[in-house]
Amino acid sequence: MSAPAIRTYLDFEKPIAELESKVADLQTLASGEDSVSITDELHNLQQKAEQALADTYAKLTPWQKTQVARHPDRPHCMAFVNALIEEFTPLAGDRHFAEDHAIVGGMGKFAGRSVMLIGHEKGSDTESRIKHNFGMARPEGYRKAIRLMEMADRFSMPVITIVDTAGAYPGIGAEERGQAEAIARSTDACIGLGVPLISVVVGEGGSGGAVAIASANRILMLEHAIYTVASPEAAASILWRDSARAIDAATNMKITAQDLLAMKVIDGIIPEPMGGAHRDTKATIEATGAAIANALSEFDGKSTDEIRTQRHDRFLEIGRSLS
Amino acid sequence: MNWISNVVRPRITSFLTTKREIPDNMWVKCPVSGQMVFYKDLEANQFVVPGSDHHMRMGADARLINLFDEGKYEAVELRDVPADPLKFRDGKRYTDRIKEARAKTELKDAVLVGEGSLDGRTIVAAAQDFRFMGGSLGMAAGEAVVTGMLRAAEMKEPFILFAASGGARMQEGILSLMQMPRTTIAVQRLRNANLPYIVVLTDPTTGGVTASYAMLGDVHIAEPGALICFAGPRVIEQTIREQLPDGFQRAEYLLEHGMIDMVVHRHKMRETLSRVTSLMMANRAPAEISTADKARLAKAAANLEARSPAAAANGATKPLNGADAPLSANGPATGTGTAAMNGSGNAEHGKAAAANGAVNADIITPEVVLSAKSKRGKAKPPSNGAKPK
Repeated sequence: MSAPAIRTYLDFEKPIAELESKVADLQTLASGEDSVSITDELHNLQQKAEQALADTYAKLTPWQKTQVARHPDRPHCMAFVNALIEEFTPLAGDRHFAEDHAIVGGMGKFAGRSVMLIGHEKGSDTESRIKHNFGMARPEGYRKAIRLMEMADRFSMPVITIVDTAGAYPGIGAEERGQAEAIARSTDACIGLGVPLISVVVGEGGSGGAVAIASANRILMLEHAIYTVASPEAAASILWRDSARAIDAATNMKITAQDLLAMKVIDGIIPEPMGGAHRDTKATIEATGAAIANALSEFDGKSTDEIRTQRHDRFLEIGRSLS
Repeated sequence: MNWISNVVRPRITSFLTTKREIPDNMWVKCPVSGQMVFYKDLEANQFVVPGSDHHMRMGADARLINLFDEGKYEAVELRDVPADPLKFRDGKRYTDRIKEARAKTELKDAVLVGEGSLDGRTIVAAAQDFRFMGGSLGMAAGEAVVTGMLRAAEMKEPFILFAASGGARMQEGILSLMQMPRTTIAVQRLRNANLPYIVVLTDPTTGGVTASYAMLGDVHIAEPGALICFAGPRVIEQTIREQLPDGFQRAEYLLEHGMIDMVVHRHKMRETLSRVTSLMMANRAPAEISTADKARLAKAAANLEARSPAAAANGATKPLNGADAPLSANGPATGTGTAAMNGSGNAEHGKAAAANGAVNADIITPEVVLSAKSKRGKAKPPSNGAKPK
């Protein structure tokens, strides 16, 4: 297991960062000379670092999870696509106005069958983040999603969506071109699909911008992903007119995968490697692929009506069994 | 002691409460012109300020009263929802906020659903009340919208919705967000049944409400000057750090940008809604009929054969100004549809039916009866039902 050269640590990971940097130092030393004492010390420290990581991640607070979910090194949509989808054929444009790079989509093969894949892409460096607008889609993104879903329906392709957005983009142009209508229609398209729709929230599931492509038969979440009615910052600004109280909002709103599973809003949690998805993206993506394949197989042999009805019942039931 | 607690204290209390009962909102200030208006005058004018024509916000009950014939409607029963599943606190307990809102508005939650008649035609309508926690969409409001739509679908009658909301209810977290797909499912039920769904967007309609059921209507009507948006002006200004253009996100702006069909003055709202629903129902293709319904219809049709035309005519003596749309299209069916309904003695729908001349009552609409008897040859092939989108 070779650690990447530069790792971005979150503020609550400071103790881990210190231990790991010591480990790294000793490793360079140990590679120089072959002393037993150093190897022992190294082993000792490594264990300490691993323990600190395990302890921290065993009890992440909702706000810490929010930070992990937004970690810059976390795998984003295209990482999943590249690893899981063969013959991926990107499709672009909403046929009305523009191509919105915040939502990527296209056809490809997943586990041997043709599928349509749609997802929010946040980008991984400054240039690509700007290109993808930090994963915040405009109406064109949702209208492209609608177009692809309708196409998938006609060609009996299951739809897989990768959800990772802080929310739909709030801007003049977006409002002018009907952001609300685009989101509503996209949700509408999800709800009406006669093919299975499987959604995975891999990072942030932010508000209507997430629901628009996540009104699915099965909704899965990565272990440290969050799914919210509004980002903690936005919720804090609505509730207290103070976005600095985001931590309070995150704590109160029940946004973690674990909370959502307990409320039966989602169907399953995909475990992340120790220390979060960004520490081992390959393992994360593999586990995600297996979970999607498993969820899809539940709909094998089901008629379009059965698939649609399952989705409707699933959503209509939400909240009814809570007290 | 007894005398004190039984007589004196109530008197004191009643004296105090009567004093407080003098409404502090006897006079209302128009936010546009600044003029002071007597509350009763405002109410009589449907909360449109006489001088400035400004449309003030309006409670859900007032909406429904102004919509239905003679201001009469029957509240549709709504199922209870969990009170506070998140145990949410934001300075105050969520349960306390609900209590306050209930005391203030005399509503159970932000959406009120009623059924009654509009110019003789039975309709189901829902109105959102901005006074109830900003008309926010939580589980109760979502359930109300879903129930109203399903009720309309069941009755095969149009559904009208007056939207007014600040968006999702933060205090219910993700469960609030889930009302977006939930209500969308109900919209699809209306659509697949070929029933009109009319949305009236009032000030303000924003956030998750605009981004779900409020933008999925067949016809979108807005009130003048209403703020209608996804992200509110404050959020956008914070994001882009520039001033927004005049009239941005107002009803007239949305009309210009193709998001709504018309901007209608509140005084013309009722007649517009009546006309729109009438036009849409006039020669509506019947929705696909389920096998269970078919069996019932066959029975109803058989009953009819046995009845004399006089009996059918009898049924039509009710205040049938609802004889407009689907009925007149099918001439002879007018009587049959009505009689079938009366004959079946559907207690549950009796009241509504009697009130509006019995156009609807459950599934036995004239065109359905006709297709069951197949007098007009095959009913329109159920192309819509076969592949609901």
